[in-house]
This record gives sequence, C-alpha cells and structure tokens, in this order.
Amino acid sequence: MKKRILIPILVILSFVSLFVGVSSISPIDLLDFQSEETQIFLISRLPRLVAILLAGAGMSMAGLIMQQLSRNKFVSPTTAGTLDATRLGILVSMLLFANASMIEKMAVAFAFALAGTFLFMQILDRIKFKDAIFIPLVGLMFGNILSSITTFFAYRADVIQNMSAWLQGDFSMIMKGSYELLYISVPVFIIAYIYANRFTVAGMGEDFSKNLGLKYRSVVNIGLVLVALITATVVLTVGMIPFLGLIIPNIVSIFKGDHLQKTLPHTAMLGAIFLLLCDILGRVLIYPYEISISLMVGVIGSAIFLFLLFRRRAYA
Amino acid sequence: MIQVRELTKFYGKKQVVENVSVDIQRGKITSFIGPNGAGKSTLLSMVSRLLDADTGEVLIDSTNTKKMKANDLSKRVSILKQSNYMDVRLTVRELVSFGRFPYSKGRLNGEDEKMVDQAIGYMDLESMEQSYLDELSGGQRQRAFIAMVIAQDTDYVLLDEPLNNLDMKHSVQIMKILRRLVDDLGKTVVIVLHDINFASVYSDRIVAMKNGRVVKDGTTEEIIQSAALKEIYDMDIPIQQMDNCRICVYFNS
Repeated sequence: MKKRILIPILVILSFVSLFVGVSSISPIDLLDFQSEETQIFLISRLPRLVAILLAGAGMSMAGLIMQQLSRNKFVSPTTAGTLDATRLGILVSMLLFANASMIEKMAVAFAFALAGTFLFMQILDRIKFKDAIFIPLVGLMFGNILSSITTFFAYRADVIQNMSAWLQGDFSMIMKGSYELLYISVPVFIIAYIYANRFTVAGMGEDFSKNLGLKYRSVVNIGLVLVALITATVVLTVGMIPFLGLIIPNIVSIFKGDHLQKTLPHTAMLGAIFLLLCDILGRVLIYPYEISISLMVGVIGSAIFLFLLFRRRAYA
Repeated sequence: MIQVRELTKFYGKKQVVENVSVDIQRGKITSFIGPNGAGKSTLLSMVSRLLDADTGEVLIDSTNTKKMKANDLSKRVSILKQSNYMDVRLTVRELVSFGRFPYSKGRLNGEDEKMVDQAIGYMDLESMEQSYLDELSGGQRQRAFIAMVIAQDTDYVLLDEPLNNLDMKHSVQIMKILRRLVDDLGKTVVIVLHDINFASVYSDRIVAMKNGRVVKDGTTEEIIQSAALKEIYDMDIPIQQMDNCRICVYFNS
C-alpha cells in the first residue's frame, strides 16, 4: 500500500466518477462553458465528487482517531454511538428551531455527537472487561438506545419521513449549495495531522503518555472534538455512512501499523477510494437508477468487517 | 536524589500508602520489595506523578515535582509500568523514537536520531528495529521499552516489576542491563521487584514495604539478613553466601 499506487487510483476513479451518470457528459462538452452539460457538471457532478472525497477521507480518519484513543480496533463512529447521537441532535435541532438553518443544525448535531462520543468513552473507562469484541457490542447497544429515543420522538412529532433522509447516506442529492459544509473537514484534517504523534502516544495508554509528559486528557478531548465535527458535517450533508470508519483504518493498520503520522494520509486516501468505488458501482449496477451509498458500503463493508473479525480470531 | 516526604494515598477508605518518607540516592539501584499489597507500585506511581498523592511531596534534586512542568519532568524521570498486553502496532524503532517525544514532540532532528540509534544499539535491537512489537517475544519487547527509556535520557529510571512474565534467561538479561545503566551511564534506577534474590544480587540499596509503610531501608547487606526478612515477610529465611551473592533460601521455610 504505497502512496504512488493510491494516488493514481484516486485520480482515475475521480475522473470516472465525473463522467458516469444519467446524462452523458464527455470532457469535450466542458469546452463550451454555456452548454447544459457544463452546467450539470458544475452543479451536480463536481460537488458530488468533492463530497465523496471529503466524506470518505473524513469518516475514515474519524474512525482511525477513535480506534487509537479508545485502544480498540473495533470502535468507530458506527460502533460507538456517534452516528446515532448525531442523528438525535439533528432531530432536536428540527424540533427546537422550526426552520433550522444549516448552521443551527450543525451546531446542535455537533454538540450531540460530541456528548454521545464522550459518554461512550466514559462508559469505556468504567468497563473492566476490555474484550476487543465486547466493547463495540456495548457501543452498538448504546447507539441503538439513542436511535430508539430518536425514533420515538420523531414519531411523536411526525417527522419520521424527514428523519429517514438522514438515515441513509445518499450522494445523489448532493448539489452545489448543499454540500459546502463538508469543507469544515479540511481544517480538521490539518489539525488531525498536526496532532498525529500525540494521538499515537495517547493510544499507548494514560501511564505511557504521562511518562512522556503528554497531557493525556486534553489530547483525548481534542481527538473527540475532531471526530464529532467530521461526523456531524458528514451526516448532515450526506447522511449516515456505516462501517467506513471501521474497515478502512483496520486495513491500513494491517499493512502500515499504528504510527498515525505515517498512516493518516493513507487512511484518508483509501477511505476516499473505497467510497468512490462504492458510489460508482452503485450508479452503474442498476443504471439508470442508483443504489444508495449506505447500502453499498453496508454490504461490501460488513463483508470485509466479518473477514477482519475472523482473521483477528485466527491471530488471537 | 529523590526525596519522598510523607506521601499518603487512599483508595476509597483504604490507606494503601501511609506517611512514607524515603530518600533514593543517585547513581544506585534501589529495589522496593515487600509482600503483595504493600503499596510499592502505588508509591512508585506517585513518585513518577502517574498518580497524585493525597498528601506529601516528592523532591527531585531539591525541586518539588508539583512545581515542575509535565514536559520538564519527563526529561528527568521516566517510568515503565508492568507492560501489559499492547494492542498498538508500532515498530521497535518507532517506539524508541517516542522516547524523544519530550524533546522533539515527534519531529526528530539529527540529535534525536542519534540518541535513538544509540539506545537501539545499547539494547542490541538493531536486527529487529523494523519489527512490530506484537511480533516480538516478551523479553525482546521489554528490551524495546527499556531502549525507549534510554532514548528518553532521564537521570532517574523507575521500573514497576519489569521481570513479570519473563523467563529466567531474560530476567537475568534485563537485570544486567539495568546494572550497566547505573555503572556505565550513571543513571539512577528504582525498581519494584518480586523476587528477593534478584534484589539481593543486583541492587545497591533495598527499601522494604509492608502494609503501606516502609519497614526497612538500607544497603543490600543490611536488609538481606534473616532477622530483617523475618520482620518484612513473617518468614524464617536462611541466607546462603555463594561467591559474592547472598541468596535467600525461602522455598522450604
């Protein structure tokens, strides 16, 4: 898994993604700035590509940071309740502000994502039985509790239909004007990279960190804030993308280890590649219709996840 | 010198360390011995600021550790806890490089790289510096952690039961290395040990704890005596002199 292999794949897939779709656009059409094709390209195709790249890289990085800080390879926004907490936050913002603006939704969703993840980390601290499989199960249960609270209140408030839009990740709705929130993840990437070494040290445990003079608690908290920011922006703009934060960091870890300064760029790139591939497949398989991205990632992702589980058993 | 002054620690209502004062001399190996639950590890954790003391203070070369910045302290004192199962995939070299974290924050300069090379060479780990920690044996992994501490380049090195889960060969190897750290590099080593004979053979001074208190504190010759051991362990332990080693024969006492 070398950068010089990943980068060309990423470029080729990005190019394919731009020119696959219901209305056929060829690169030559783009020479005419006024043409309908150019308009579609600028309003729909390009935003879609950017959204996929940012969401794929972001969710993978969020998973990597969570796995490092919780010291468990199976913890991710999917398996720690972060996604469900975010969704609860979106519901709350919809109930509180009748016509919530994107920023209001973002703020509330972020607060809930942060609180949910933090709560999970607190639960983790109190669990004595730190089994690799047991912890994510606790996280899944925690997420399901949050999710049922969301469903209950959404049902009472008659916004179930509205909420389900955030249940399923979907890139077909991404258009100019609806995805720009995702750019928040760019500064988050930069901060994550600056903190990479600290996250690695924190991943070795509290005693180990203190021995090296690292302020363990504040590093963990910064990590959780970054994770919550990425998750909130992705769920709001694209929807839930399960498993991505789980499988991508694990694959990179197998090949490149856990030194975050080395693995963060790879994780981000592989996440973007994987999501791009799922998206292109989803668009092509039942052309001219689309399979939603969360279904594609869910099917392919859970298969890989099962493979990782069994592989881990074999090595344990 | 590390001066421990009236340290106390409660876990809930149970007092695990009770008003302990002890001096740890420079350039020596000091072993902490005593029965299980005597408070040795807790004391070591408080000295190295992994744990906050309820009362009392620790002075390192006359400076109160509470007045030192965490980062400055990590250039003076390092601590290795009982190495638990590690689920982090780092290579030996990456781990040792983190010993330079207090100085470089992860961005190693030439000087740092030199220290890392030296530490790896000193622990004889060159051949496996690119191996992942989870591929190594317990003894090799322990050596990698000690190499990290060497790279951290602190005057004081604290180790909490470093021989746990190691076989005889690797235990002896680690103790010889610690001896060299003191004799060749002028470090001060403080170590919690379970096996009293390792303490007897390798340490300069021994501090014995029991029920949260220091019951004996002296040179190895003073502590490895049947009368003193009786007081510490409630056992009649004969001592045999073999060459230069004083061996406690506790197996049938």
